Amino acid sequence: MSELRELYQEVILDHNRNPRNFRKLELHSHHANGHNPLCGDKLELFLEVKDGMIKDIAFIGSGCAISTSSASLMTQFLKGKSVAETRRYFDHFHDLVTGQELTAEDLEGLGKLAVFAGVQEFPVRVKCASLAWHTLMNALESTAKTAQTED
Amino acid sequence: MFDIQNIRKDFPILGIEIHGKPLVYADNAASTQKPQQVIDVISDLYTKNYANIHRGVHQLSQRSTALYENARETVQKFINAESSQEIVFVRGATEAINLVASSYLDPLLEQGDEILISEMEHHSNIIPWQMLAERKRASLKIIPLLENGELDLETLPELLGPKVKLLAVTQMSNSLGTINDVSSMIRQAHAMNIPVLLDGAQSIAHIPIDVQALACEFFVFSGHKIYGPTGIGVLYAKKKVLEGMRPYQGGGDMILDVSFEKTEFNEVPYKFEAGTPNIEGAIGLATALDYVSELGVANIDKYEQKLLKYATVQFEAIQGLRIIGTAACKGSVISFVIEGIHPHDIGTILDMEGVAVRTGHHCTQPVMDCYNIPATTRVSLCFYNTKAEVDAITGAIKKVKELMG
Ligand SMILES: Cc1ncc(COP(=O)(O)O)c(C=O)c1O
Repeated sequence: MSELRELYQEVILDHNRNPRNFRKLELHSHHANGHNPLCGDKLELFLEVKDGMIKDIAFIGSGCAISTSSASLMTQFLKGKSVAETRRYFDHFHDLVTGQELTAEDLEGLGKLAVFAGVQEFPVRVKCASLAWHTLMNALESTAKTAQTED
Repeated sequence: MFDIQNIRKDFPILGIEIHGKPLVYADNAASTQKPQQVIDVISDLYTKNYANIHRGVHQLSQRSTALYENARETVQKFINAESSQEIVFVRGATEAINLVASSYLDPLLEQGDEILISEMEHHSNIIPWQMLAERKRASLKIIPLLENGELDLETLPELLGPKVKLLAVTQMSNSLGTINDVSSMIRQAHAMNIPVLLDGAQSIAHIPIDVQALACEFFVFSGHKIYGPTGIGVLYAKKKVLEGMRPYQGGGDMILDVSFEKTEFNEVPYKFEAGTPNIEGAIGLATALDYVSELGVANIDKYEQKLLKYATVQFEAIQGLRIIGTAACKGSVISFVIEGIHPHDIGTILDMEGVAVRTGHHCTQPVMDCYNIPATTRVSLCFYNTKAEVDAITGAIKKVKELMG
């Protein structure tokens, strides 16, 4: 049971029961849908980006405890951070859940997200934990492309 | 009559441990485990009898050809087909359905025609028809589901209209467990001269099948769901129907005479078995069918029904658990949801307890949509499962609630 306790930590269960930033952003600059066909997890992510900064970020959808809490904690974590930093955090989060080495400094940089370290013992659940992050990268990239064509 | 401990000894994998706990294998609707007899016959083939079939005059080729063709007769007897020529070996239920779509229905189907299926079909009994209908500008009609997981058969007379060219329906639902009253459906379809394909992927391992009594034109199933190998399955079709169908794939073995101008196709069923087939698959399947016959499908059914009743009572007693699919006539499949806990989390926690179940939409997304749920947890039992295992599953579900509650 100890690996399960590591996976389903109180923080994760809390964010699953009461996801934060769980709403639509009517006014948003970036948006993407995420879907994990294996387990049917679906989420929709909204961002309000201004001057390269994430002013607001929110999501809606349905999924397992890992994917819901990951989306919830991600939105809390990213609010107020710069778009330029997100790629680095994406990589660090990915390393965390797949069990790659992270420097102490990088791990500290992830703050509360470190609770997802338990996922590395459950390889089939990596997709659940990273769904919100992949959706984030799609949201930022797709709109960046649209922005380019408008130039 | 049913010596469960001895039966379990035939399935070596049932003795292993998962995460330090005895395996409780309850994912039989996805695929079943194999008895030693099946493992041995494949190993024997490769160590003593193997060569390509229908080709060589040499001794080994004759031996493996005989084993392969005997396998066809075993299948014929198992489903009570009239002739072994009505048995086509394919990769599985999915390929069998695609074969019927492409060799039987495609040439017949015209713009505006209809193909009738049901809301509880596995994707493999939806997509081939959908693809064909799209190509031919025909349409799919759907027999709707009722809240309890039964088909709403009152809609059938109206749905079986003059434009319907085929009724394709499952005999047993893989996600709800519902066993459909296919005899009545076939009778009604035939009254309108509409041929019927039965998807027997689930039913084959649980209820006795007699294709002559059913009188369906087509019956399909996969070997791996009836204790046989993967990669082998069966298309049964009435001989007359089969003879009228065009070939599915071209290649060796399906021809009588070839020149660059013209090819004369082989007789049925060989016309539909292009290339070197899954020889060990067919032989393994026949051994699996022999194994099941020896236990007796009727005995299996009786045992599984008892187990289903027991499990249903145990699960229903768990607070917050709701069973999806409560048809009066069901096979040993229990799909459920628990309030506030996603099936994927349930699946992970059960796995740590050694319990193998399936979570997700079970390739039946329309069923999930009908119940407005993204997924279920599915416990599917068979004759080698025990009451003690049901207790272990019940205990594991209670742990899920403790951990996630
Ligand atoms: C009802 C039903 N039909 C068809 C299939 C497809 O079988 P296969 O994947 O072996 O071709 C399945 C398998 O899950 C099934 O349960």
